[in-house]
Formats: sequence, structure tokens, C-alpha cells
Amino acid sequence: MTTATVGTVETTYREAMREAIREALREDDRVFLMGEDVGMYGGCFAVSLGLLEEFGPERVRDTPLSESGFVGAGIGAAIAGMRPIVEIMTVNFSLLALDQILNNAATLLHMSGGQVSVPLVIRMTTGAGRQLAAQHSHSFEGWYAHIPGIKVIAPATLEDARGMLWTALQDPDPVLLFEHGSLYNMSGPLAEDAGHVDIQRAVVRRPGRDLTLVSYGGSLSKTLDAAETLAADGVEAEVLDLRSLRPLDDETIMESVRRTHRAVVIDEGWRSGSLSAEVSARITEQCFFDLDSPVERVCSAEVPMPYAKHLEEAALPQPEAVVAAVRRVVG
Amino acid sequence: MSITDDEARAMVARAVRRIVPDAEVETLAPGADLRRTFELDSLDFLGFVELLVSDSGVRIDEDDYPELTTTAGCADLLVRRSA
Amino acid sequence: MPSLGADMESGTLVEWLVHEGDTVHRGDPMAVVDTDKSAIEVESFDEGVVESFLVEPGTRVAVGTPLASLAPAEAGLSTAAKARVPKPRVPVPLGAPPLRHHAAELGVDLTRVSGTGPHGEVTRADVDRAAAEPRAAARPETAPVRPAARGTQVSPYARRLAEDLGVDLARVNGTGRDGVVRAEDVRRAAEAAARPGPAQAEAREEAPAAEAAEVPASPERSARATIAALMSRAKREIPHYYVATTVDLSAATEWLRRTNRERTVGERLVPAAVLLKATALAARQHPELNGFWVGDGFVPGEDVHLGVAVSVRGGALVAPAIHHTADLDLGEVMAALRDLVERARAGRLRRAEMADPTLTVTDLGDQGVEEVIGVIYPPQVALLGVGRIVERPWAVDDMLGVRPTVRLTLSGDHRATDGATGARFLNTLESFLQHPEEL
Repeated sequence: MTTATVGTVETTYREAMREAIREALREDDRVFLMGEDVGMYGGCFAVSLGLLEEFGPERVRDTPLSESGFVGAGIGAAIAGMRPIVEIMTVNFSLLALDQILNNAATLLHMSGGQVSVPLVIRMTTGAGRQLAAQHSHSFEGWYAHIPGIKVIAPATLEDARGMLWTALQDPDPVLLFEHGSLYNMSGPLAEDAGHVDIQRAVVRRPGRDLTLVSYGGSLSKTLDAAETLAADGVEAEVLDLRSLRPLDDETIMESVRRTHRAVVIDEGWRSGSLSAEVSARITEQCFFDLDSPVERVCSAEVPMPYAKHLEEAALPQPEAVVAAVRRVVG
Repeated sequence: MSITDDEARAMVARAVRRIVPDAEVETLAPGADLRRTFELDSLDFLGFVELLVSDSGVRIDEDDYPELTTTAGCADLLVRRSA
Repeated sequence: MPSLGADMESGTLVEWLVHEGDTVHRGDPMAVVDTDKSAIEVESFDEGVVESFLVEPGTRVAVGTPLASLAPAEAGLSTAAKARVPKPRVPVPLGAPPLRHHAAELGVDLTRVSGTGPHGEVTRADVDRAAAEPRAAARPETAPVRPAARGTQVSPYARRLAEDLGVDLARVNGTGRDGVVRAEDVRRAAEAAARPGPAQAEAREEAPAAEAAEVPASPERSARATIAALMSRAKREIPHYYVATTVDLSAATEWLRRTNRERTVGERLVPAAVLLKATALAARQHPELNGFWVGDGFVPGEDVHLGVAVSVRGGALVAPAIHHTADLDLGEVMAALRDLVERARAGRLRRAEMADPTLTVTDLGDQGVEEVIGVIYPPQVALLGVGRIVERPWAVDDMLGVRPTVRLTLSGDHRATDGATGARFLNTLESFLQHPEEL
């Protein structure tokens, strides 16, 4: 009846993502990595360190400093049958390639009447917290999740960092994969045979019965911290990791809210028109008669992200703010 | 998509906790009988199986129930069936 | 004349690019047409030989007017061949855009206007006339007027709960922000309110106050106090008799195994569902066990509403009813049972469920003991105790075998019935259990 426990290794989010890229390069000849500094430099966040040496310059390609250009090239490669992993250093620079992503990658399938598909994966680092100031601290996952024609995913755990990329590469449509900058050094045990995971379900990371906390990406660990604090006071919060931001896993979200009757959404984007607004609207649409309290949101302050550390911390969602929101909701 | 042993155990723990909210699954002795320890009657047990099925996507028949006496047994079944 | 633009109504044939007798293929330019915006070459949509031109260059014709006839290529110049006229590929819209705009402005539905123009076309005058006629009110439905908001606000979930529990919201104190009434406020109010017993008026005077607090899962101590009061009264007032039998359940368990193989997890049946249905049918055949002792006499229940004893975590025991149990099929009994147990444990039972059981079945036998000799819930007159399903040695056809069996014990109110009735009931129940496929 007992089974040998599968071995685990101590690893980091960065290493797990590197392993995912390595696996993809190894197993599928059509896959190649392209982006600024991914090759010789090993990646701005060291994710692709060593890959150029292992796979050569045809598979790991340094691009010029031109997001619009190289994302367009990636789109072209995908159309031609390759499976490129395009790395845009951060979501902040993706704005320069927004036309490519939105008007080409997301839309060519439709405009060509189904003739042209774009099986592209774009990886981007996102989020704030490292004092990179107003232009380099954005969280645009919510903006991208607004666009039909693409999928948007946000791995927040080691398993997801390891397992989501392959599944994304199998998808015939563009997938944007967001890695929150604060997660790269996250370390912990990962099963040796950790494999591919789905990219469409939300998952309960911590079950609870008093309310549902919905979060994703870089905000997940802060939400879990808040849940710990609340548990000490007898409030059992259920923490849901969205994982897939587009499409949203309504079924899992609503199943949880129907059970707990209260919800708070934690999102690093600015509140107005954010992904949290979408989640909140859907909860109201689908669970109105199960709600014991309005859905609250904890988001970044609507200011350009400050440079000074204490101001940046004050602008971002923090566990204390989540706890305060929960107390308002639970009463 | 195959499930790892850790994932399976997590699913089992989650499913038990959904039926018995304050259940301490982690501190359970390895050979402990789930149904008896957590006082799961047949309806509870059915709910538990349902949660395992919907969480893991794996098929579980009544004939499998004897294997589901311990957490290890449950996890084994999930891992095996998902391979 | 094809439609060469969204708002084109007619075009002028400028010149022919082919001659009569020419063979044309699909895509070959055949004519030049002037559309008021520009001159456009019109191509052939078909293969064939140009038979005759139907429109002279310089003529303005409406979209859809045949311009030339083509004969199929094989037929050569045979006049017997039907002329095949290129059909316009674009459907002609109803009324020109300016007309549609005018109609929309006046709120006229063009599809309902009869046209007086050539070929039944709808003209502007037709639209004006239709607009002038008194119309059936086509105003968008206004949303139903809500009753003026009361001072108190109630959360949607609390409102639903109040309805389920029969709580009067006007009497509930809200402890949420700004005095909002929330679910826990409603639950508290439900526990605090005194509850009447079963419908019988005479019973009301007799029902002790302790019985009233049976409804939702109350804090442990008051739940136990309630049970204590009820059980004391039962033992004090009801002269109990007991009859018991051991039933061979192999037919039922075998049938369950077979049917559950076909069912998805969510539809599977547990033995308890079979037992409940069988008990309900037996109760229908023995109505003297299905009802209430009120005052000095027995009042039969209007139907069989089996009470099901559910242990709630925290130690309490509630026994809400599955209404009209005998009329439900097994799947429905199972669903009702699961729903009841879930809501009982969540403290969300309805008043009718608490007040209406006509006969209670206690302990579904899963984790319990081999035999349950229970205490009747007044004012009911009987209680069926169900033990655990146990493999026992069994004599079948002069041979010794092993069978899954269950011990059933009927507790009866000796004022209402006697042992013989109880025994007959158990026999009926046993026969139902031997034919699970008929349940």
C-alpha cells in the first residue's frame, strides 16, 4: 500500500524556469529562445544562464534592442512553424511591442479567417518592489488579460514555473507568461519529476471557510502571509491562486465564494479598470445571492510607482492592507 | 497529466479538510484509517471521493474504495490512475 | 448589375468589354460600370458564351437588374439553352440607408411597413405614414419598481437565509458595517426565536419550549440542552416497546454495486438511500406508525416525511425531514439526503424540515454499532434504529453462508401501536429491501 516518496530537490523559481526552457529546447527542435541579453549575458534575471553554451546560438538568440522588431520577428517565426519563446526583458518594455502583440499576434488568426496561427510564447518579468521607479515597475498583466486572442498566465509557485511553459508552447495561440520579479529567488522543494501543469485552472493554495482571497503572481505570497496572520485570530481565509488570468477560471472562483460568501481580490495593478475589477464583477454577476458582504479589492495606489523604498512599499499591496480589508469584510 | 505523490497527498489533505474543516491530516499516523479517524460516514466518504475525482480528474470506482483507507493509499491510487 | 458598394442602389453601364458570342470565364472583365463614386470593371461570375446584351451602354439600372445573358459554353449558340444570368452575390438591403436612418429616427420597423413604391418598395412617404399611425406601445420595459428601501440593509446571502429559515428581517439586528444585516445575524435570530411544534393546534399547548430551539445548529451547549429536554420528555411520557429483526442485505448491496458501477461519483447511491426509500414505502403500508400522538389520540401524518437523524459536528443531533420520501426515486432520495446532511451541518435547515418528520430513522449505520435501540422523537410514535451492515453467518437452503446483514430495531409508542404492528412493519420493510430494483 505504501509508495516510495518521490525525491524532491531544493531549487529556486529562477532555476525551475530555466529547467523548463531547457526541457523545451531539448525536446522540441522548433523551440528557440530569443530576447535581449538572453544568450551571452545569460538573461537579465539570469534565467537563461548557461543555455547558450548548452544549445548554441541558433537556439538561444540575442536580439537587438528593439522590442517591436524582435517580437515581430518572433511572430513571423511562429507563423512559419517554429515555437519561439520570446523574452521581453520586462513588461515595461513590452509597451514598445504592444502593436505587435495586440494587432498581430492576438489578431492574425481572426483576420486571416483561421489560416494563420501564431503559436508564440512571450515571457516577461513584471511587477514592482525593487526600487526601479515609475517607468520600470509596472504590472500590466491585467491590461493584457483584456485582449481576446491570447492567453495570459502567471506562475507563482515552483511547480508552475517548472510546468507551465511546456503547456504554453503546445498552445496554438499566443501565450503571455508573466514572472513577477520578486519571485526569482523564491526557493523551496520541488519534486524531481515535476512535470507539465495545466494553464487554465485556478487553484486553492490554502483552504478556508470564512472568506475567499483571490490573488495571483507576485501578490500570492503576501496574500498567504495575510492569511497566516488572520488564522491566528481565528479567521480562516481561503487563498485562491488564479494562475490563468485570461481565461479566468470562473468555476473555481465561484465554487469557493459560494462556500465562503465573502471575497477580497488582491492585485498589484492600479485599482481602476484592473483585473481585480473584472474578478469582482464576475463574482457579483455569478454569486450575488451568496454574498454576505461587498467584494473588496486591495490594489496598488493609483500613482506612478515611487522610487524611494518606503514610498514604494506604501504604494504596493501589503499583507497589512489585506488583513485590514478582511477585517472590514468579516466584521 | 500525471500527478506527483506530493500533489496527490495535497489533494487528499484538501479533500479531507473540505469535509472536516479542522482535520489535521498532516499529523495523521501513516497507517491510520481515514474513515475511522475522521469519523467519515458513507455520505462524507462519498463527498470525499467526489472531491478527489474533481480535483484530480482521475476515475475512482466503488471497487477502489478498499484502497482508500489511508492517506497513502489514496495518494497511490491518484498517482497510478493519472499516469 | 452587381452591388459594388454598401450604399449602392443603382449604376450606369458605361461600356461592354466583350462582344456577343465571346466565351467568358469566371473572373474575366465584362463591363465597366459607373457607381457615382468611380468607374469599376465588372467581372463575369460564370463560364459561358455571351448570348445577348440586355442593357445599352449609358443606361442607369438598379442593382440586381440583368445586364447580359450567357449561354453555357457546351451549348454554343443554341437558343434552347436557358440564359444564365449572373446573380448579384450581395443581398439587396431593405430600403436604402437614408431611408433606414429615417425610419430608425421615427422608430418605425421597416419590416412591418407596406410599400407603395415600384415593385412594392418602401418609400419615405410610407415610413412617414407608418410613423403617424398610433403604435402599440413599444417602450422598453421599465424595471419593476422596488419597494422603497428600508432603513436596514441586508446582504443578499442574509436575505436568502432569512427566507430559508423563516426569519422576519424586521426583527433582526444587523452587526455588519453601518448596521448591515449579515448571515450570522440571521442565524442568531433564528436560534433565538421560539419555534412552534408540528401543525396540530393541540400539540402547540403541549410542546415544551425546549423543543422549539431545534432548528439550526446552535452553539454546542444549547443544542445538547435541547436534546436533553426532548429525550427526557420522550422517556418520561412515551411507553416504548421494541421489536427487532436482522435482515439479509445481499440483494440490496449487490444491486448497489452493480448500479454504482454505471453511475458517476456524483450519482452514486449509499445503502442509506435504499434503506430510507424502503422504510418510506413500508410506512405507507402501515400508516398507524406514521404520525403523531396528540393529546389522547393518534393523528396520522398527511404523507410519509421521513426524519433522518444527522449528527452535526460539535456533538449535536438533528433529525430533519425528507418530504414525501415515498414518492422520490432512489436518485432523488440520495440527492435529498446529501443536501440535507450538508445543510444540517452548515446550520441551514428550513423550518418545515424540522417540524414535519412523521417517522424518524436514526443512525444510518455507517460508523455506529450493530444495533440501535433508539428513543422516539415526540410527538412521533415510532423510530427505526438501523445498525451497521455486518457480515454474519447466514443459513440459506440448509447451508451455512456469509451475508451482509443489518439489524433493524423499531421503537414504538405503546399508546399508539403494539408489538404486532411493529413486527408487521418490519416484515414489510424487509420484503422491500429484498427487491431493491423496485424501489
